[in-house]
Amino acid sequence: MSDEVNVPPAEEASTDTGKQAALGDDLDLSLYESQVAEKPSHIDPATLSDKDKRQMMSAGIMFDDLSQRSGTFIQMDNAPIHSSVKQDGIEVMAISQALEKYDWLKDYFWQAVAADTDKYTAHVDCHQSDGYFIRALPGSKTLYPIQACLYLAKSRLIQDVHNIIIAEEGSELHIITGCTTASGREPGIHLGVSEFYIKKGAKVTFSMIHSWTPETGVRPRTATVIEEDGLFLSNYVIMKPVYSLQAYPSARCIGENATVRFNSIMVAPPGSRMDLGSKVFLNAKGSKAEIVSRAITTGGNIIARGYIEGNCPDVKGHLECRGLIMGDSGTIQAIPELKGTLAGVDLSHEAAVGKIAEEEIEYLMARGLSRDEATATIVRGFLNVDIQGLPPLLHAEMKKAIETSEQDLF
Amino acid sequence: MDKKNLLEIKDLSVSVDGRHILHDINLFVQPGETQVIFGPNGSGKTTLLMTIMGFPRYQVTKGRILFKGKDITDLPLDKRANLGIGLLFQRPPVVRGVKTRDIVAACLKETEGSKATEQLAEKANLTEFLDRDINYGFSGGEIKRSELLQLLAQAPELALLDEPESGVDLENIALIGQLINDLLGKIHPIYMRTHSGLIISHTGHILDYVNARTGYVMCNGRIICEGDPHDILTTIKEKGYQECVSCPMK
Ligand SMILES: Nc1ncnc2c1ncn2[C@@H]1O[C@H](COP(=O)(O)OP(=O)(O)OP(=O)(O)O)[C@@H](O)[C@H]1O
Ligand SMILES: [Mg+2]
Repeated sequence: MSDEVNVPPAEEASTDTGKQAALGDDLDLSLYESQVAEKPSHIDPATLSDKDKRQMMSAGIMFDDLSQRSGTFIQMDNAPIHSSVKQDGIEVMAISQALEKYDWLKDYFWQAVAADTDKYTAHVDCHQSDGYFIRALPGSKTLYPIQACLYLAKSRLIQDVHNIIIAEEGSELHIITGCTTASGREPGIHLGVSEFYIKKGAKVTFSMIHSWTPETGVRPRTATVIEEDGLFLSNYVIMKPVYSLQAYPSARCIGENATVRFNSIMVAPPGSRMDLGSKVFLNAKGSKAEIVSRAITTGGNIIARGYIEGNCPDVKGHLECRGLIMGDSGTIQAIPELKGTLAGVDLSHEAAVGKIAEEEIEYLMARGLSRDEATATIVRGFLNVDIQGLPPLLHAEMKKAIETSEQDLF
Repeated sequence: MDKKNLLEIKDLSVSVDGRHILHDINLFVQPGETQVIFGPNGSGKTTLLMTIMGFPRYQVTKGRILFKGKDITDLPLDKRANLGIGLLFQRPPVVRGVKTRDIVAACLKETEGSKATEQLAEKANLTEFLDRDINYGFSGGEIKRSELLQLLAQAPELALLDEPESGVDLENIALIGQLINDLLGKIHPIYMRTHSGLIISHTGHILDYVNARTGYVMCNGRIICEGDPHDILTTIKEKGYQECVSCPMK
């Protein structure tokens, strides 16, 4: 991304409260409508319009076979419109409702993410934002994924979301979140704060599919705290255009043998600007991190970051960042960073950015594939990150989501 | 044109990146026939096979290549593959993320879930390699078997084998020989086609497994000798390629 476009001149006179974010274009929030969260309602998802359903389905949300989901949450703009759960030991509700129900929840509020991180978190903090509360009670395991949809329907609106996810000791949570918009064109902003708390021996897999528009600005702010023997597996996919996306989710391994793995797949069409990374702090003995990202530009600009910090002996981290430039324009900048603060940390990274090697295309052509088929096979392989530890059903769904979007690539 | 020939190479000259490598090559392969090419390192053997296969870097500056009577000199790589030409690469590239299984299935032109991929892999003793990235971390011998696995799936009428037995241990050479035999089996069990082979060899071990009656020696981009491959091999072993270069028969 070239420097001169990083801060558009029109936004210099921004009157937003809170400090400018460290990374990404400075979005002028004053150009958009802000709302205070509306009261949660409860509608039957079946009554949503076909168009809304179609959009949500494009982001991985399922309506027809709800037996394949342990729970569902839908927020439209700034109002939660549906939460349901089908399993004992699992809780899914609007965060506003959860705050009324549980006094202790305020102790989790803004603990993983600081409210004054930047003007986007400040905006979420100032507007009594709603969002989802998903919790697994000690030892409870979701049989099927819980799905959550954050849906931006109104033009020129800022959607504020604040989510809290708690996996109590020995529990297991599988969550799919789909974020998308009603229209393919209207401008809008999505600000999403997500705080994950993974207790001792708990496991959380979190798969997020973003499907925005060339006019949407997106600023997720996510942080995860992982206790002893906890596991956090995050999969992030964005294959549709976006105006400007910047996110740098972080995970802190604070308990022994805590493990985290971030996989991200991003495809930037012309006009899209994505600045995306994952950050891990290995603060306890035996904790492990793996960050894998795959970036493809077909004309957009991508910054793919990664950061692993080892602050304790016997920690291990690996960062793999690969970028593919397809077509004649577009840039990918890979910025992998490692920091070790003492002996006994084992951190490594590999990064590569380039075009598809002609030699590889020709190899497949010699087997009878056309140039286009060969290219598609290689790109599919490139995006085929081995998502270890994901339940087969989720794995299949992620694969399907990626394959559907792949069709737009060729 | 001789209708009997599967492959005809006439007065072929080839340059790579502006450098002339092959000069005035003439070579004919009949259906069902297997031929062997010998020659010192750098003499142009791989260049010849890559040119027949149709890699764009190998530019034909003179002469023609005919396959099944059709002039393929200007035909793209994938079209030649689909006409029935297959290549065992001397040094195939690694393609990260693309699984051996994907390529074998593509060669078989089958939909996913077919048993044929598994069966062929078992034959090549590569079952555990199906879900590995193609050629990634494969040993020298594993690469040869994986190449043969792909060719078996492709079942080309003309198999171009670039050093199929180099770097293969004595036990595996029998397996390689067997796979090549399957590949060149006179009649393909399904397609009822006759299969031909053009094999590059340094050691001649492959002669124990295939029935080859014609051999060539290539030197400095030219074919300087044609004859019984066993005789050629004996001469090379006894006297080296120097003898071929000064051989009065050429
Ligand atoms: N791109 C290139 N530019 C210049 N010279 C090249 C290029 N590619 C190949 N050559 C040369 O062409 C000659 C023939 O190479 P080729 O690979 O065909 O030899 P070979 O007979 O297969 O050798 P080997 O037995 O070692 O495999 C060599 O001298 C090689 O260095
Ligand atoms: Mg060679």
